Amino acid sequence: MSTDDIRGRLTGLSDSDVPLVIAVLAAVYAAYVLAGVAFGYGLRGQLNSIANLTFYVGVFGMLALALNLHWGYTGLFNIGVIGFMGIGVYVTAVVSKPPVAEAGAAQVGGFGLPLSVGIAAGVLAAAFFGLVVALPALRLRADYLAIVTVAFSEIVRFSLMSRTFQSFTAPDTIDVAVGGVQLFSVDPSVDTFGLGGGGGLILNYSDPLEALLRTLFLWDPYLGFVAFVERNYIPNNPKPVLDGLLYGALLLVAVGLFYLLLSRIGKSPFGRVLKAIREDEDAANALGKDTNRFKLTAFVLGAALMGLGGILWYSSRGSVTPPSFRPNITFFIWIALIIGGAGSNTGSVLGGAVFAGVLYEGPRYLKNLVETAFDLGDAPRSFGDAVAAFGSLDPVPFVTYTLDSVSQLRLVIMGLVLVWLMHNRPEGMLGHRKETASSVDLSRPDGAGGAGKQTATDGGDDR
Amino acid sequence: MSEADETPTDETAVDDTAAADAASTPAEGEPASEPTPDGDSAGPDGSERSGLALAESGVSVDPTPLEVDDLSKTFGGIVAVDGVSFDVEAGTLTGLIGPNGAGKSTTFNLITGMLDPDSGTVRFNGEDITGLQPHEVANKGLARTFQIARELEEMTVLENMMLAPKGQAGESLWRSVLPVARGAVRKQEAEQLDRVWEVLDFFEIDHLADEYAGNLSGGQRKLLELARALLTDPDVLLLDEPFAGVNPSLERRLLEHIHELREQGYTFLIVEHDMDLIMNNCERVIVMHQGAVLKDGTPAEIKDSEEVIEAYLGGEV
Repeated sequence: MSTDDIRGRLTGLSDSDVPLVIAVLAAVYAAYVLAGVAFGYGLRGQLNSIANLTFYVGVFGMLALALNLHWGYTGLFNIGVIGFMGIGVYVTAVVSKPPVAEAGAAQVGGFGLPLSVGIAAGVLAAAFFGLVVALPALRLRADYLAIVTVAFSEIVRFSLMSRTFQSFTAPDTIDVAVGGVQLFSVDPSVDTFGLGGGGGLILNYSDPLEALLRTLFLWDPYLGFVAFVERNYIPNNPKPVLDGLLYGALLLVAVGLFYLLLSRIGKSPFGRVLKAIREDEDAANALGKDTNRFKLTAFVLGAALMGLGGILWYSSRGSVTPPSFRPNITFFIWIALIIGGAGSNTGSVLGGAVFAGVLYEGPRYLKNLVETAFDLGDAPRSFGDAVAAFGSLDPVPFVTYTLDSVSQLRLVIMGLVLVWLMHNRPEGMLGHRKETASSVDLSRPDGAGGAGKQTATDGGDDR
Repeated sequence: MSEADETPTDETAVDDTAAADAASTPAEGEPASEPTPDGDSAGPDGSERSGLALAESGVSVDPTPLEVDDLSKTFGGIVAVDGVSFDVEAGTLTGLIGPNGAGKSTTFNLITGMLDPDSGTVRFNGEDITGLQPHEVANKGLARTFQIARELEEMTVLENMMLAPKGQAGESLWRSVLPVARGAVRKQEAEQLDRVWEVLDFFEIDHLADEYAGNLSGGQRKLLELARALLTDPDVLLLDEPFAGVNPSLERRLLEHIHELREQGYTFLIVEHDMDLIMNNCERVIVMHQGAVLKDGTPAEIKDSEEVIEAYLGGEV
């Protein structure tokens, strides 16, 4: 037995990443489908729950990957993830919303640019704010950076709510003049724009899915497919269900692209320096690495990816409002990353899937199932009422009360899982793995055979 | 394991076991069972080893690569370093000694840019490097190790080693991501890898290559740190207590490596507490006391100096 065997086995292990991810996803999906069958869900209900599950698997996977670049690789304690997500989606909205004339007078308009431009602008804006936060904050040690980032995300949320930024009116014409001589005048198509204040923004730009399919000339075939499904499987209006499924599938593709990008970064000299910064910044510096530059690059890139994640999460909805951007989402993403294992890209994807399937959507799904299967009547209004029914040996009110409070209970369950993980498996599902930071296999190259023989003579190794 | 039929010499057996241990059960590889370093094994390796250093290092031609002039640093009311001046000659092993609190480590930090001096200059290969950032100093060819070995614990020994070389194209983000540029990065890494293995062999820690650095024993960490510093391709190496917490046999091995490297043209400045070790191995010794240079000379001169004995054995501290 030699170290080569061990090395071979380790390589084999990392090769099994794809099957592992597929196995975990399959297990989660199978659990959903089987539970649906057991409780008598129809096809429509099944597809709907699968679409919903896929959506959250996708967004949490993406955001956990982006956070892994910050925390898992570089050791940057960013607890302001939601701030970058919010910036991404709001900038996209402002850039791509149609001007007010097309949308009705009651609300704020936008610049009416194509959605692709809006998304690019949103990502760039998130990256820019990443830079703004990072420049002063990266000189700070871990916990101070955490304070800065969480404060930043709250500043973002309060700015979104602020009346100051609620609405601006664009002038009808803008005269461009140099030295008193008027050159030309511009008539901007935008009338009003702004962040919409506490009421949020109605996302009345073209549906992202439709925009994408139209660009790919797939819109008509897709409508044909929808009509086919309507004729044969789901009689009444299957389009929302199919839209959801397709969007979920696209999110999974996006997760794949995130993964590809981040694992390339991880397996490169750049990623190696990031890891070194996580382990000991001074040591990396003493080895000639300009650690500030690396931290800045990693932070800005991660912020941009978080912006993109935010856009993909929220932009398919009808509207966005500031309360969606509270820090609890940040902590959900952290839990996903911790479950998967900080430092491992595969782990981040798995963590996102497990968190979304079990902790985030699981309790809600269970509630829906139970409510569909049994007619339990209305839940008691208070905990006292629920417990009082035990006096007459009737557990039903307690059960309905519990189900009714499932979204609050979810947080309790997440907390318990987090405590358990910290005690028993702080490295998460895959955090213990060696994802070697190098673009090439680091085992002894064949060319160094002479040196290898040399060591054998002085007893270095038994190769 | 084919140990038995190889009829090994004692040391081969010991080392084989160590290699197997490291491979099958991580974390063990106790330096207590290290082989005694042997003069004769250096014989057959001689040619290869001299190739190791001179292959890449443009060893400095400056007769005094490191010159420190009137360096001072105060922390609040405490004068940690008070007008220290010395220089280090090329290709020598110079010792920097002194009682605790004499300002040795602070001097190191001032030279390598970890701290900014209040006054004074540091010149390296004739160039003023005072106040540069640590990474800039390191890239000029002045490498250091730390008093407490600072391994990147959750990185393997190989990753630690691969980190060190300068001028890696793949340290730019876009190069490591974009398809064509990544090909060049891979090529450069493959070339770099040959040298990494060469250095691992030289320090006889190649059997630990896949181990997490955090699983290494104290002595092995010191070896790794020196090996890593060497891969930055330095002219001068500053070693801060390289022998602290290292068992005697490993200490001898480490010393042998340092002597070998010095013969190849590397220059060393070593902070150490162990007087005997410094006296027996350095050509020149600088003694610091209370932030200032007390004495600067050959070991024999230092041994005879009343002031030095006074500083070490009491008097006013």
